[in-house]
Amino acid sequence: MSIAATQKRGFGAVLWDYLTTVDHKKIAHLYLFGGGFFFILGGLEAMIIRIQLIKPENDFVSAGLYNEILTMHGTTMIFLAAMPLLLGLMNAAMPLQIGARDVAFPFLNSLGFWLFLFGGLILNCSWLLGGAPDAGWTSYAPLSTTSPGHGVDFYVLGLQISGAGTLIGGINFLVTIINMRAPGMTYMRMPLFSWTTFITSILILFAFPALTIGLFLLMFDRLFGSAFFDVGLGGNSIIWEHLFWIFGHPEVYILILPAFGLFSDIFSTFAKKRLFGYTAMVFATILIAFLGFMVWAHHMFTVGLGPVANSIFAIATMAIAVPTGIKIFNWLATLWGGSITINSAMLWALGFIPTFTIGGMTGVMVASVVADYQYHDTYFVVAHFHYVIVGGTVFGILAGLHYWWPKLFGRILNEKLGKIAFWIFFTGFHLTFFIQHFLGLMGMPRRYWVFLEDQGLDTGNLISTIGAFLMAIGVIIFFYNVVYTAVKGEKAPDDPWDGRTLEWATASPPAHYNFKQTPLVRGLDALWVEKTEGKGKMTPAEPLGDIHMPNGSILPFMMSFGLFIAGFGFIYQVNYTWAYIPLFVGMGILLGSMLIRSLKDDHGYHITKEELEREAD
Amino acid sequence: MAENTNSNEVNPYQKRKNKLEMQKQLITFALMILFTIIAFVIVATGMMQKMFVIPVLLILAIIQVAFQFYYFMHMKDKGHDMPALMIYGGIWAALLTLAGLGVITWW
Repeated sequence: MSIAATQKRGFGAVLWDYLTTVDHKKIAHLYLFGGGFFFILGGLEAMIIRIQLIKPENDFVSAGLYNEILTMHGTTMIFLAAMPLLLGLMNAAMPLQIGARDVAFPFLNSLGFWLFLFGGLILNCSWLLGGAPDAGWTSYAPLSTTSPGHGVDFYVLGLQISGAGTLIGGINFLVTIINMRAPGMTYMRMPLFSWTTFITSILILFAFPALTIGLFLLMFDRLFGSAFFDVGLGGNSIIWEHLFWIFGHPEVYILILPAFGLFSDIFSTFAKKRLFGYTAMVFATILIAFLGFMVWAHHMFTVGLGPVANSIFAIATMAIAVPTGIKIFNWLATLWGGSITINSAMLWALGFIPTFTIGGMTGVMVASVVADYQYHDTYFVVAHFHYVIVGGTVFGILAGLHYWWPKLFGRILNEKLGKIAFWIFFTGFHLTFFIQHFLGLMGMPRRYWVFLEDQGLDTGNLISTIGAFLMAIGVIIFFYNVVYTAVKGEKAPDDPWDGRTLEWATASPPAHYNFKQTPLVRGLDALWVEKTEGKGKMTPAEPLGDIHMPNGSILPFMMSFGLFIAGFGFIYQVNYTWAYIPLFVGMGILLGSMLIRSLKDDHGYHITKEELEREAD
Repeated sequence: MAENTNSNEVNPYQKRKNKLEMQKQLITFALMILFTIIAFVIVATGMMQKMFVIPVLLILAIIQVAFQFYYFMHMKDKGHDMPALMIYGGIWAALLTLAGLGVITWW
């Protein structure tokens, strides 16, 4: 296998390899490519929004198109960029960190990715087919149920399909972490990133069903004539808001917790210290997840739930500041007295602390009900959630990419370009969003396509747009760095950062079976334990033996492709009877592929002991 | 493992355990059938007011679910901590949601 891997292969062979792969490292690549593509789309949409708002009463885009761009920016960034990029990092690092050869269900891992990709493609096909969804990323009923055209239908089908993929991915990670940890890797020895992956997966498991139900109800209202959200026929439009936010609030923790985990790993690696308060960090993560399910109504303070309900949800929300504060202080204490290396990964991590703390502080502000009546639906809220999502998740993803690039692609990202990208993006980010707090306080409502001149909003919006351009330049430099590194970047050694956790005990990039022999874990920061005792590499927990590996399969791709086709059938059967053809063909492909999967025995293959011995260490 | 490798006999301890396990399965099975019959009888004969029937049926249902999980699906046995944690976590999340919506609607 490894001999074949070193030979040059044609484009077709590589493509087929990626279409059929079930290897968690290649699926990580796919998630990063897919997420990166949608990140660019969402970024372009963001730029159009900012250009439209560069001056009062601008007419760069029309009002309707602005609604579509705004909706697609939010939806794309949350569901199709941030989440897949995080899932990509989880796929890349988590199995290595816990000493596993792959995830528990490699086939499902692949299925999860392809469902996400085809769901995202359906959503974006709407641009070419008569207009994108335009009811906001939250798609509140009755705006979403009455939105003309098929835009919102694409939203429903696209998110339903990619949501199924995320749910599959979450369950897969759960089973992997529970069952496949290396000998000696107890729960309380897992690196923080594996812990947050675990907790995030639990959140996915419990939160996504609420979205699934909500989307089904919306789908039935829009496509099959039901009236769940239609007040005129005895429905209740508030149900959508509840269902959406019962999912939506855990969702923001799904976005931030993996970032918390990887920052913890980065801080302890580059401060050369054991993570301060490891146990407290783990329990703070669990507490955030626990509280995350009882705060959803703080998105709905102005709906009119009544003072009692509002107060309960306000207090629960403010309580989340406690575990988050524990984390911030633990990171600072980890840095305290450490032997700190500042490189690109560390810069993103250091930039995250003040940025996220500002976002957290405004979070407590909007959690206060009385104040929220002022903040609600203004740019103050926009500034708040960009501070936590960009300052937390996006900084986290970029830090993680710089940190794990050697494991992902076997090369080190250019440090100089990385630092330039950080400083430009960091400056641009604060320029864009800090001023938006004040725009919001001055009364600028969110989601409006124009604002009037001489209301004190002109300069602020101009500054914000300039900042957005700086962010775009930062991102472009990052992508240039990626290409530059791929062409002439230096080959990465196995352990470029003097790492502490198990992934740095593998080759860069790791062999497709990860560990020749499963390592024996003797403490937290498994590799560091061996380093401090002068050994420097892991003790194997088993003799060298045959390794059982799963076969690749095109079926996950076919299943997702079937759903993709069926999605169009579902959308267009309202207007045209021919749409039943794609509907039935698509479902046929899906069910046929499932049948093949069920009937065909696939026992995988073995890498023999002899083959492993032949490979040099 | 070490002793008695040549014999196909199940050791007496294991045998007794299996027997006890079978007893438990049969008892819970009988109880579940009984509960189902009780539920049907209560509703069919109309012997209770609606106010009482609904909580009684709910309690019977909860006990049956517990039997199902703990006896038939072996959650009482060792090594089921994680599934139990996940199930209770899910129940907790669902209860919170219901409690939240209840508070919003009626308080």
